This record gives sequence, C-alpha cells and structure tokens, in this order.
Amino acid sequence: MTVLVQIRGVIKVYQRGRERVEVLHGIDLDIPRGDFVALMGPSGSGKTTLLNLIGGLDTPTGGSIVVQDRRIDRLSGGELAAWRAAHVGFVFQFYNLLPALSAQRNVELPLLLTDLPAAERRRRARIALTLVGLADRARHRPRELSGGQEQRVAIARAIVSDPTLLVCDEPTGDLDRATADEVLRLLQMLNREHGKTVVMVTHDPKAAEYARRRVHLDKGVMTGEPVSS
Amino acid sequence: MRYLPLLWAGLFRKKTRTILTLLSIVVAFALFGLLQAVEVAFESGADAADAKRLLTTARYSIIEPLPMAYQRRIEQVPGVVGVAYADWFGAKYQNESNAFPVFAVDPTRYLDMYPEFTIAREQRDAFAKTRTGAVAGKRLADRFGWRVGQKLPISSEIHPKTDGSLNWEFDLVGIIDADDPAVRGNTDMVLINVAYFDEARQSGRGKTGWYIVRIDDSTQARAISASIDTLFMNSPDETKTQPEKEFAIGFAKQIGDIGALVTRILLAVFFTILILTGNTMAQSIRERIPELAILKTLGFSDGKVTALVLAEAILLLILGGAIGMGAAVAAMPALNGSTGGRFPPLFVGPETWLLAAAIVAVVALVIGLPPALRANRLKIVDALSGH
Repeated sequence: MTVLVQIRGVIKVYQRGRERVEVLHGIDLDIPRGDFVALMGPSGSGKTTLLNLIGGLDTPTGGSIVVQDRRIDRLSGGELAAWRAAHVGFVFQFYNLLPALSAQRNVELPLLLTDLPAAERRRRARIALTLVGLADRARHRPRELSGGQEQRVAIARAIVSDPTLLVCDEPTGDLDRATADEVLRLLQMLNREHGKTVVMVTHDPKAAEYARRRVHLDKGVMTGEPVSS
Repeated sequence: MRYLPLLWAGLFRKKTRTILTLLSIVVAFALFGLLQAVEVAFESGADAADAKRLLTTARYSIIEPLPMAYQRRIEQVPGVVGVAYADWFGAKYQNESNAFPVFAVDPTRYLDMYPEFTIAREQRDAFAKTRTGAVAGKRLADRFGWRVGQKLPISSEIHPKTDGSLNWEFDLVGIIDADDPAVRGNTDMVLINVAYFDEARQSGRGKTGWYIVRIDDSTQARAISASIDTLFMNSPDETKTQPEKEFAIGFAKQIGDIGALVTRILLAVFFTILILTGNTMAQSIRERIPELAILKTLGFSDGKVTALVLAEAILLLILGGAIGMGAAVAAMPALNGSTGGRFPPLFVGPETWLLAAAIVAVVALVIGLPPALRANRLKIVDALSGH
C-alpha cells in the first residue's frame, strides 16, 4: 500500500500564558492509503493534537506532514481550509451538527463549497444519508435524532464530498456500547468497502479493535511500533 | 443564494429572540418612514418653491393687507417679469371641521405664476371669464365629491358680503392638480376669482394679502427684493420681500423646526436599535462559536465565515427595514384620511427609501462587524475544545 500520510519529526508546542507546553515531541508515523488506524493513549498523551495536525485543523511547530504528496504544514490558512474541504472528512465525539439545520442540510454543508448545483447537492446528500441508513430521517433536526443517529448524520456529512481521509475524534465516546458498535461497523465498512483511510482517536480498546492498526501515544511520544489488529 | 438557508437557519435559531429583535427594527423603520413623510410634507412648500419667485407681504405682519395698486408699481421694478397677488379667504364647507385654504386671485396672473399646477385649458379660460368662478385642488374635490359645473357654497371666517352674510357661493369651473407629489401637497385649496370677491365683500376692497413676484434672474433675488421694499418705504403699507423658499421655511418654522425634531427622534430610535440589535447579534454569535468552528473545519475559509456573519446582520436589517417601511407605506392612506385634508399628503418618496437603504447598510455594518471579526479570528482547535 502507498503511504497516504507521512509524518516526520512533528513537534507541537502550545503557549499557555507564559508557559511553553510541548505536547508532541518529534512524532514519526506513516499511514498507508486505505488503512484504519486507531490512535490510543491516556488523556494528555497528545493523540487529539496529532489528529488535528493530520486533519489540517492545526499546524505543527516543527517537522513535516505530507498528505497525498502535499506538505500541508506549509499551507496558509486559506489553502488549508480549501485542502480540508477537498480531502478530509471529520467526525467528532459530540457530533457537532448545526442544530438549526435538518439532517439533509447538515450533510449538504461541505457541498456548499463546491460548484455543484442545488439539485446535485441534494442528491449526493441523500446518497450519503442512505449509505449510513438514515434516508428516512433526512428532514429531522438533530434534536429529533438519537445520539447514534446524530453520529451517523455526522459520518454522512464527513463522506458526502468523497474525501480521501476520515478523521474521527472519539466518535463513540458519547454512545452506549451497542450504538458505538453500529457506528464503528459503519466506519469499518467505509474503510473496507469504499477504501476510505480512517484515523480514529479513541481510548476505548474495544473501539480500537475495529481498526487495522493501533498506535499508542504517551506524553507526546509514540510508544513502540504500530500494532496490527 | 446558496447560503440563504444557512443564513436563515442561523438567524432564526432562537425564534423568539430574533422575532423580538426584528420587531424592534420594524418599529424603528416604520417610525422612520412616517416621520420622514411628515418632514417631507412640512418641507413640501419649500421644496416646491421656485428660485425665481419672491413673496411680498406687509412688513410687520403677514395678516396685514397690502393695496392692490402695488401690483403696477412692483411690475416696474427692474428684473421683475410678472406679478400676481392672493388674499386669504378663510373658508369652511358644510361644517366647522371642513376648513381649507381659499385664495382670492386674478386667475390668469396667478396660474401663470404657478406653472407647476396643471389645469385643463378650457377650465382655465372659464375661470378667467367667470366672475363667480372657482377652481379646486383635485384632492379636495375628490374628498368632497365636487364636480365641475356645480355650485360651491362656502362660508368665510373673515370676509362678510355687503349684505353682512358670511355665506358665499361660487361656480366650480375647474380642477387643479400637479404632477410632482411635493407640489400636489399644496393643491388642497380653492382659488376664487378676485373680481367678484372684491366687489361683493363688505370691507377691505382694493386690498390683497400678499404678492407673488416672478423675476428673470434668481441670483438677483436679494437686490430685487430690496428694490421692491425700498419702493414702499415710509408709506402706510411698508413691505417685506423675500425669496419664496425662504418664506416657506420661515412659515413652517412658525410651527416648529420639524426637520430637527424628526432628526433627533430618529437618532434616538436608531441609537437604541444599534445597542439592542448589536447586543443580540453579539450574543447570538457567542453562542454559536462551536458551530462557526465546525464550518471552518469543513473548509469554510475565515473570509467566508466572516461574510456569513455579516450577511446575517444585513439580512436581519433588510427584513426589518423592508417590513417597517412597508408598514409605513401601508399606513399612509389611513393617515391621510384622518387629517381630513388639512395637512399636505403624506407619502414615502424615493429619497426616503434610499435613506432607509443607507441606514440598513450602516446599522448592519456597525452591528455585524464586531461579531464578524470575532468569527474571523476564531481558531478551530480552541473553539472546539471550548477555549
């Protein structure tokens, strides 16, 4: 498999008032195309920070991040926004749907940044909702959905623009076991059947079992080599 | 257009709050529309004034009459190209509440002096030839259902006839109107032929109320005014001559400086709206920081998110402004009806709409910019982690 994400010597430092906090201390990691990686580790280990860097939500203080042959650590804010819109889908622990919009409109959001006409945007959003099994909930607002359904809408939104990379931050952290398994099976299906590369932060070993590989972080460094599931 | 559903959803995320805010904007713009209409109506006399017209009144009081014989002498002043006069009749029709201005005039001279009034040629000729003739403003005629050819029985508060009666009767021979709405506001009147009036009145014969003087060069208005007044200096009937616009403004200011009053009220109203709506917008955006962060996460650039927040403020103001101005326009017929025609017609003109659009733009920018800039500076990672 070709490498989709190549991380070399990544350092991330936050300035908290006068204090300089180094969260990541020189991370090296390769994520092949089509992989499903679980980033694991205790709270404060830097796994969400690493995920944010991979997803282009933040930029590293040092080192390099190459995704699909492009140095994203060198992109400007505007370029990074355009890159995210084209290449990355995001799934968060608390779903982060816009409460005033229907499921359909939430899923359509990333497509507003494309040149697609309204009818085509609606069609693609319907397909994404069908894929996650929520075609019949298209007109519902987030508050009218269960937690699991909300997360599936968030996954539909993440895949609607057909990104290469799915970045998931504790996607099952707010769900019960059964619902969490449904969501994880959905991510697994997207990985196996649709070839999406998934990077998922979790502290739940059961959730990590759905991934192909597990990467452990502790205090900002990787502990050992990635472990295959 | 593609972002309209997103804007709409953001705006009406908290329906009650947005509707209340919208209502306050609607009320502010309705008030703006109404007060502007009142101001325009008050200033319509000045707006309709012709720079080449002067008004000559008695020096110390507008109600003191002047001799009709002054007409020939004023005509001889260099720069004067026409003279007409008018006298106040003080009329009531049918009952005490139906009062309107009636002026006794020389028909040809007066209508020549005011070419902005429109009247059919044959009606104009009939007015000049009929000693008991009268012409009425269209609004007034419509209000009372008058028709050309009918008798017009009116009573005067000031002028009894030779038999002591205050009841006069004229023949309605024409209807006057105007194309310009500002001028039309000054046609709520009746003109009567001075030939019959002067002969039939008990007292004051040979006198008139004021002169209207047409000059050939508006830049000479002051010099010609001075020449006219010099002509009658130290006579029993001294005069005061001034440009028509100056006279109209001075006359309106006898009631009060409506323009300044309206401006102050509106400043207070829009300042309150600015504070109220600005606070609501800021609060609304504060509550939606994570949502804006999500938009940025999905690939919306800083500029796009800034524009969305600003557009929300503009949409709110456009909605409120349009509904408010619409309400003001809708209220005009009822308001015009309630004044009984004693006030120039109220209307919302294009200038008022333009001013309203400018206020919408300025208020939207002032209330929208601070939250828009905050949205611009928003860092995704901090916003999502609640910092």
